[in-house]
Amino acid sequence: MRKFIIVLSVTIVIVMVAFNIFSDKTYHPTNAVVLKAKYSEKPVKVVDHSKFAALQKDFARPQDLTKTCISCHNKRHLEVMESSHWNWERPDYIEGKGIVYLGKKNIINNFCIGTQSNVKSCAKCHIGFDMTENGKSFTDSTNIDCLVCHDQTNSYVKGANLAGGPDPTVNLTKIAQNVGKPSRDNCGVCHFYGGGGNNVKHGDLDNTMFHPDRSIDIHMDEAGPNLVCTDCHMTENHQIQGKVYSIATLNTERSNCEDCHTETPHKALILNEHTLKVACQTCHIPIYSKGTPTNLDWDWSTAGRLKDGEPYMEEDSLGNHIYKSIKGSFTWGKNIEPDYVWFNGTASHYVLGDKILDTTKAVVLNPLNGSYADKNSKIIPVKIHTANQIFDPITRLIIQPNLYSDNIGEGAFWKDFDWNIASEKGMKAIGLPYSGKYSFIKTEMYWPINHQVAPKEESLTCTNCHQRENSRLAGLNDFYLPGRDYSSLIDLFGFLLILASLVGVLFHGFLRVYFSNKQK
Amino acid sequence: MKTVYIYRSFERFWHWTQAFLIFFLVLTGFEVHGSYSFFGFENAVIFHRYAAYSLLVLIVFAIFWHFTTGEWKQYLPTTKFLKAQMDYYILGIFRNSPHPTKKTVLSKLNPLQRITYLVLKILVIPVMVISGLFYIFYRYSSGGFISGLDIENLEPVALIHTAGAYALIAFVVVHVYLITTGHSLLTNLKAMMTGYEDIEDEDETNYKIKNDKEIK
Repeated sequence: MRKFIIVLSVTIVIVMVAFNIFSDKTYHPTNAVVLKAKYSEKPVKVVDHSKFAALQKDFARPQDLTKTCISCHNKRHLEVMESSHWNWERPDYIEGKGIVYLGKKNIINNFCIGTQSNVKSCAKCHIGFDMTENGKSFTDSTNIDCLVCHDQTNSYVKGANLAGGPDPTVNLTKIAQNVGKPSRDNCGVCHFYGGGGNNVKHGDLDNTMFHPDRSIDIHMDEAGPNLVCTDCHMTENHQIQGKVYSIATLNTERSNCEDCHTETPHKALILNEHTLKVACQTCHIPIYSKGTPTNLDWDWSTAGRLKDGEPYMEEDSLGNHIYKSIKGSFTWGKNIEPDYVWFNGTASHYVLGDKILDTTKAVVLNPLNGSYADKNSKIIPVKIHTANQIFDPITRLIIQPNLYSDNIGEGAFWKDFDWNIASEKGMKAIGLPYSGKYSFIKTEMYWPINHQVAPKEESLTCTNCHQRENSRLAGLNDFYLPGRDYSSLIDLFGFLLILASLVGVLFHGFLRVYFSNKQK
Repeated sequence: MKTVYIYRSFERFWHWTQAFLIFFLVLTGFEVHGSYSFFGFENAVIFHRYAAYSLLVLIVFAIFWHFTTGEWKQYLPTTKFLKAQMDYYILGIFRNSPHPTKKTVLSKLNPLQRITYLVLKILVIPVMVISGLFYIFYRYSSGGFISGLDIENLEPVALIHTAGAYALIAFVVVHVYLITTGHSLLTNLKAMMTGYEDIEDEDETNYKIKNDKEIK
């Protein structure tokens, strides 16, 4: 009887343990499954603007429409006027300079250089109207361009060189009756075309992302999660999370993968350990510019050539502009492996008026801070954009030229093709000296790659980095990377030690055989 | 001559498991080192870790065994007959001279073995274990005490671990060769496999020791 009880209890214990082990492997929703369920529910419209009496009329000026919007949304304009989309600047911090207001308003970049003295043209991407030299683009709330972000008809277009105003063909009434949350179309119309054309600037944002498939972006895949920009760039009171380090320096207001995914999202511990030093993007965005080519180099020094007194442009066989009289020469690339740098979330920035002391190497306009030793740094993928831009060798300042004006003869480079006058006009507009001499200087910009996340089966694998030859991290040498690094001295010494041991025992064995034969 | 049970079952289990683990650690370790590709880098790293943990468990049991059985005394170094043993390997072995020391259950190791294995046990293996643990845990939150040490750079850890690996391989080469220097080529190997070895009688040994003393 006792034996029976023992056997029975042991059996019960075994069954319970086995049940526990196997039941643990039944359905176990992971974070990804939870997220998929969450984002499969798309928001439902609660208001039909086409029924509002206030919107049943023609609007002569876009400002009239904005006034109408504000008449109901009577606090929203104040939020917009707090935003960097409106102000084109925000407080940042640059080491050695302290707090600096940085933004499109005042920085220079590798592309069309800067907005100052050119705003009428640049305003095509400002969320305001009346962006003229003396306009009230930054101060008058009726200049807020509500439609560029909220149009749901995909028919709103800003006019070229209209200081931010809509194209005359736009039907304001129809769009006003069809407004809603910003879609990829609203954001993309500016952000996919930064730098004056599709995918010129970012490399990871282009017009294939209006209707992306799985191969372009795993999150935005129209047949899959179909996320829109604001799903990650979460927005409250018109303050949009996320920014790009071409015009920012502080580790604040960022959108991160970890906001949805955890910091340790992998099944394998060894992969989760990597997240301490490697950003998600590094492995999960193995290539960028998957849909269309991005600009990699912009050489302003060749700009200004004319054919029969007229500006012209040249295209390569793929239709990329490789030369434009107004802008110079371009190099393009598609499906590019990123460069990799350490980044702790803070950056510095070249500010107009900074003297360049060392002209022998490229000036990095937005150096990203970070190193292996810095505990807050991770390896991130970047697009490094190079340029050759106009520079005053006497004052050692990068020149902000006047590029755009309405008419020929006003000194703008894009009309008159005279660097000297354009430089003088541009520098005068921002209150900086110009010596009358100009040359060109190499500049670089670092664009963190955050979009176009690949399906997991296309992620980098161990040996993309952990290998002797062609490691993707070949450029990062301030740390020991297993598989890539070794001490040639220790390897040589170790090899010789093993060789000596082998030769030694073989020789000893040979002697033993030799003498034992002799004794026989 | 008589047949003696010289290597007990745990000792043989420990020896051969350790031999296999060290071989496997070398195989996977040098793949992580970037010397070749065999298992694939990720597998090599994972296998290397599992083998390392297995070796650690084995070492814990071995240490326990050594102290409970008193076998640790086998590794106490001695200079007695050290010169004689060296002379034997350099000269005597070719003249078919007898081994200068005799194996007994109480003294299985010759003076050279005692020193070599002692160095292995208190220097090489600990260095490999400690550098290996640093390598795995040096800055990860799972590392507890080790990550608390705040090691700045993996490089010295990795280089020491690599150097130790070369030393272990050199040891294995010589060790494998020296097992052929028993009574016959396979005497020592057979002993480590079965536990039994034919060794000379105590009397013969005593006679030999007396002889040596007289010579001195």
